Amino acid sequence: MLGWLDTVIQGILLGGLYSLYATGLSVIFGIMRLVNLAHGDLIVLGAFLTLALTTLGVPIIAAVVIVLPLMFAAGYVLQSILLNRALGRNILPPLLITFGLSIIVQNGLLETFSADTRFLNVGTLQSASLPLGGGIAVGIMPLICFAAATAVIVLLNSVFYRTALGRAFRATSDDVEIAQLMGINNKSIYAVTMGIALAVCAVAGFFLGARANFDPSIGPARLLYAFEAVIIGGLGSLWGTLAGGIVVGLAQTIGAHIDPEWQILAGHVAFLIVLVIRPRGLFPRAVD
Amino acid sequence: MCTGGSSQAGLGAAQPHRARFAVTRATRASTVTALLAIPVLLLLLALPAFASRALLQELFYVFTMLSLAQLWNLLAGNAGLISVGQQAFVGTGAYALFAFTVVTGLEPVLSIVLAGAVAGFVAVPAALIVFRLRGAYFAIGTWVVAEVCRLILAQVKQLGGGTGASLPADVASSIVGLDFIRNLFGIRGPAARDILTYWLALVLAVGTFMLVYRLLRSHRGLALSAIGDSEAAAESSGVDVFNTKFLIYLVTAAATGMVGALIFLQKARISPDAAFSLIDWTAYAIFIVVIGGIGTMEGPIIGVVIFYLLQYYLAALGSWYLILLGVLAIILMLFAPAGVWGLFSRFYDVSLFPLRRRLIAPVGRVADKRGRTN
Repeated sequence: MLGWLDTVIQGILLGGLYSLYATGLSVIFGIMRLVNLAHGDLIVLGAFLTLALTTLGVPIIAAVVIVLPLMFAAGYVLQSILLNRALGRNILPPLLITFGLSIIVQNGLLETFSADTRFLNVGTLQSASLPLGGGIAVGIMPLICFAAATAVIVLLNSVFYRTALGRAFRATSDDVEIAQLMGINNKSIYAVTMGIALAVCAVAGFFLGARANFDPSIGPARLLYAFEAVIIGGLGSLWGTLAGGIVVGLAQTIGAHIDPEWQILAGHVAFLIVLVIRPRGLFPRAVD
Repeated sequence: MCTGGSSQAGLGAAQPHRARFAVTRATRASTVTALLAIPVLLLLLALPAFASRALLQELFYVFTMLSLAQLWNLLAGNAGLISVGQQAFVGTGAYALFAFTVVTGLEPVLSIVLAGAVAGFVAVPAALIVFRLRGAYFAIGTWVVAEVCRLILAQVKQLGGGTGASLPADVASSIVGLDFIRNLFGIRGPAARDILTYWLALVLAVGTFMLVYRLLRSHRGLALSAIGDSEAAAESSGVDVFNTKFLIYLVTAAATGMVGALIFLQKARISPDAAFSLIDWTAYAIFIVVIGGIGTMEGPIIGVVIFYLLQYYLAALGSWYLILLGVLAIILMLFAPAGVWGLFSRFYDVSLFPLRRRLIAPVGRVADKRGRTN
């Protein structure tokens, strides 16, 4: 019984990480109906950039603080010079451009950093844990990760619902043409959106590397977890995305508890089941 | 083309019957192509008599990739179902072949056909689930399905589990027709098998092509282009959108499964990672279609030639080769989304495998070169 309780707690905390993966994907879909197939690889890119700075002697927290605006700028540029040209009625061009980007980032990382497995050294935090009594302890790092996932959602929601910029975001999401008539430059809104998504990728990349090992090839799997969290949660709701991340995380840890080889499969199957029962997710808001 | 003189004569002479418009699909180029196709196919069929084993193996790869590309093109270019999960059916077909031949001892060629049926069978629940997702999310949904298939088959210990299995030598030598080929060409085991798999690949490539071509020229093809233009308008004109897409998805899955089974019969070794490779079976097929020209019959044929040349000269670059393909795909999408054939047909009105019906004006009407009357 204790084993199960522990599994559930680990699953919820893992859901925090998956929510971080998924938040960026959720935001760009919500605002510009774009699906970024390179999302997972960009998370891994964030982890490698942080790693590269730490090997230069930059303290890890400073490295994250540097990578965050770097990734924002990368997202802004990527959207302005590449993806804005491809957005339109036909979904194929943006899909294939991000697919190409995924292959470029993945193989670029492979050439630069080799296929070796890496991790981000966060010192004593790595193995620190908080005893909850009754023989159950939770890792400090997973707790911080879950807190960060929640903080990112609170922050983004307050930007979206409390600021003028957020109003512009929501207006663009609701109806691009009308928003343009009201003087909103949708292309620059899109560029900022992608910047935000990649900044969240930087945070997600940090926790990816601090919680587990990573190598250049693991991006696509992160994309799938993120995607599943978004769909399970329901399009257009960031809290739904967190819930979706928790569902995937729980399914994976419960699957792994039964048989370690079932971990990933259990997450995918949970997603397919939700899709059958609630095709629009648990907390749908937007209509695609 | 225009014969102004006879027009004047026709109008002046008050002909009793009115000149008639005609609707046709054939063009002069398409007739020439069809006539040329016969000797080309006969040559390819006779190729094993004088070609080297290496050439046959290369052509095997070209034919199987062409088949996968044609099928992805039907799915994405014509039915609007952009899938990045076709490796689900390559892998399922391949594993079904291994299951039928190794576990139940069936004859390999029969097993290829059955493997196609298995892939089509798997596609039914897959379609019912992923069809709930729209557009780009459909694409990632198909990818999840492929991952589920990979992870499940990696659990099957009889088929090698996560590490994979080899096709036993007695299975590889039990393919129907091997003795015939040995006697015909006077050769030994492995070479005979290469010839046989080459022929099978040729048959599948031509079969896939004919299937797609016939389908697109049928009333279902017309329904598909209606769906492509506007789903709502097609639905209100009596097109059963769901059933049409469902049928295309199933047919594509079954054919993809057969190609997958053949590929791994030739490789004689299978593993979950190889059989369900996104890059090898879907990304390359997408690249072939996109570079050649999506939504056309000519596109994949041109695409596979370009892809093969790139692969031949640049594959040694390893990950730089993949980066180059990625960059090429992005440039294409930005500047020439219709691909090489699309660029070509912007300047020349040539259609080798015409799908569109054209209105032919009666002699005397001024018709521009696209067949529209002025």
